[in-house]
Amino acid sequence: MRPCSLRWLALAAIALSVAVQADDRPVPDTLKQRIASCTSCHGEQGEGGDNGFNPRLAGKPAGYLVRQMQDFKLGLRHYPVMEYTVAPLTDDYMREIAEYFATQDVPYTQQKSPRLPASAMTRGEQLVTKGDPARNIPACSGCHGPRLTGMQPDIPGLVGLPYDYISAQLGSWRTQTRSTVAPDCMATITSHLSDADISAAAAWLSSLPIPDDTHPEPADSLTMPMHCGSVGG
Amino acid sequence: MTIMTHRILRAVASFALFAVAGSALAVDGNQIERGRYLSLAGDCASCHTAKGGKPYAGGRTVPTPFGNIPSPNLTPDKSTGIGDWTADEFYQAMHDGRGKDGQLLYPAFPFTSYTQVTRVDSDAIFAYLQSLPAVHSENRDNELRFPYSMRRLMAGWRTFYFTKGEFEADPKQSTEWNRGAYLVKGLGHCNDCHSTRNSLGATVDDPRLAGGLIPIQDWYAPDLSTQAHGGLSGWTQRDIVDLLKTGRSARGTAFGPMAEVVRESTQHLTDEDLASIAVYLRSLPARPEQKKDDSLPSRPMFIAKGQKVYADRCATCHGDSGKGKGDAYPPLDGNSSVVEPVGVNAIRVVLSGGFAPATKGNPRPYSMPPFSQHLSDDEVAAVVSYIRQAWSNAANPVSADDVRTYRSTPGG
Repeated sequence: MRPCSLRWLALAAIALSVAVQADDRPVPDTLKQRIASCTSCHGEQGEGGDNGFNPRLAGKPAGYLVRQMQDFKLGLRHYPVMEYTVAPLTDDYMREIAEYFATQDVPYTQQKSPRLPASAMTRGEQLVTKGDPARNIPACSGCHGPRLTGMQPDIPGLVGLPYDYISAQLGSWRTQTRSTVAPDCMATITSHLSDADISAAAAWLSSLPIPDDTHPEPADSLTMPMHCGSVGG
Repeated sequence: MTIMTHRILRAVASFALFAVAGSALAVDGNQIERGRYLSLAGDCASCHTAKGGKPYAGGRTVPTPFGNIPSPNLTPDKSTGIGDWTADEFYQAMHDGRGKDGQLLYPAFPFTSYTQVTRVDSDAIFAYLQSLPAVHSENRDNELRFPYSMRRLMAGWRTFYFTKGEFEADPKQSTEWNRGAYLVKGLGHCNDCHSTRNSLGATVDDPRLAGGLIPIQDWYAPDLSTQAHGGLSGWTQRDIVDLLKTGRSARGTAFGPMAEVVRESTQHLTDEDLASIAVYLRSLPARPEQKKDDSLPSRPMFIAKGQKVYADRCATCHGDSGKGKGDAYPPLDGNSSVVEPVGVNAIRVVLSGGFAPATKGNPRPYSMPPFSQHLSDDEVAAVVSYIRQAWSNAANPVSADDVRTYRSTPGG
C-alpha cells in the first residue's frame, strides 16, 4: 500500500472514531450528572427554580440539607415529589449531595416583595429582628443570624427566598405538613403566629437587600434562645 | 410398607427439603442469624415498620381496594407485639394464615405465599424476631369497609383461593432451581405483586408471575418470563442477578415498589440465592404474543410530537435508538416497564423521574429529572406513546387523560 493511502486510512479511522464518540458519548462520572433529578428543579448549582416553590439550595448549610432529606424520607416533611425522590437514597449519598449544594457559591437574586401596608412591614421587621416576647415569639435573627444568612451546620439562611416560599413554609409548619425531629422549634414558634404575622414576616424578609456576605455564620457563634431537635443532630 | 419404613422415608424427605431450603446458611448453625437473613428474604421489615418508626414495630399502612390495613408490631413486646407468642403460633400464622387465637388473617399478610416456608425457616425467623428489642407500640385497628371488615368471610375466601402447604421440591429439577422456586414462591412472595388480582383480592396464578397492576399503588409489576413474549424476554442470568443485587442491569432499572424491594430485601441476599432465583425465573415458560390493538386510530401527528419531545428531553441519556447509556441510563427499547400493557409505569417515571435505588453495589446512582413541571399532559402522553411504539417496541398508545390520572400519585 502506498504511504498516501495509508494516510487516508488513518484519517478515515480517526473520523470514524470521532463519529462513534459523538453517537455514544460516555456519561460524565460526576455528582452533578448523577443528581439530574435534583438539579432539574433546583438548578444546576442549586440556585433555585424560577417559581416560588423550588427553593435555592446553594450555600445552605449541609447539615440543614441532610436534615430536610431525612425529614422527607421519615414522613416528617410532606411534599410528594420530594418524598418519592429521596426514598431510595442512603445516608451517605444524602450527605454527599448536601455537601455539593452547600459548597456552591452562586450570587443571590433580589426577590420581589408584595406591596403590603407600611404597618404590616413594620410588624414584619419587628418579628424578624426583635420577636414578640409577650407572645413567646423569639426573633428570627436569634437563630438565623443577625444578617439572616443562617449558621453552620444546621440553620438555613432566610435572605434571598421568595415571599411565596417563606409564607408557604411557615403555614405548613402550622398545619404540620412540615415538621422535624423533636423538639420542633419552628412548630412551637409558628403556633404563636397569626396569618397576618406570617404574611408580614415573609414580606419583610423577601424585601431585604442581599447582604455583601451571604455565607452562614460559623458554628456555635450564636446563643440560640431555644433548644431544637434539628440542630446538632 | 411398614409404618417404620414410612417414617424413615418421611424423615429422609424432610431432611432433603431442609437441605434445599436451608442450604445457603444452614452450616453456621446460628438460628437467629439465619432468621435475620430469612426475614430479609421475606422483606418483612418493609411492611412491619412505619415511616421513621422502630424496625418491626409495625404501623405502616398497607393500602388495599377494601380499605387500609395497618401492619402489626412484630417485636417481642408482651402486650402489643408477639412477646407471648410461641413458635407454633408463629408457624400457624405463616403456614395457615391464622393469628395467635386462631383468627383468620387477611391476605395483605402474604400467607398464601408464606405457607410454602418450611417449619425450620419459620422457627428461625421467629427466633430472630424474639431477639429484637421489645417496642411498646399499640396496633391500630383495620380500616376495612363493610362487608370486608367481617373477618369470618375469610373462611369462604380461603376455600377458593388458599392452598395450604409447604414447598415441595421437584426431584426432576436441580437443587439450584428448587432453592430459587422456594424463595420466589415462598418468602420472596413475588407473586403477590407480579400477578393480577381478582375482584376479591386473590392473585391469579395461571400463568404464574405473568405481571399485574398493583392495586392502589398504581404501578405495573411486569411479567417475569425471560422467554419468548415474556416481560423479561432476553434477560440473561446476569441481568436478573444484577438487578436484584444492585438495582440496575443492562436491561432495566428497579424503581417504584421494586426499588424498595431491592433496597430492603434482595441486595442483602447471597450471590448463591440470587443465582438460584434467576435460574428459576429463567425456567418460566414463554407467553402468548400480545397483539397490538389495531382498532385504535393511528395518530401520526401525535407520535411525531412525542418523537420531538423525546429528541429534546430524553435522547441525551436514553439515546436516539433507545439503547440507554452504559450503567447510568437504562435502555427503553425492549424495556418491560415501557411496554407493559397499561402504560402507567412509563407515564409515572416521566412525571416523577427519580433515582435508581442506592445499594451496596450502586451506592451513588444516577437519576432522571421529574418532568411533571415541564411537560403538559398531552406532551407526556405523546412521548410515552412514542417510546411504546419506537424501535422494536409495539405497545398501545396512552392518552392525556391517563396522564392526568397519575399526576397526583408520585409516591408509592
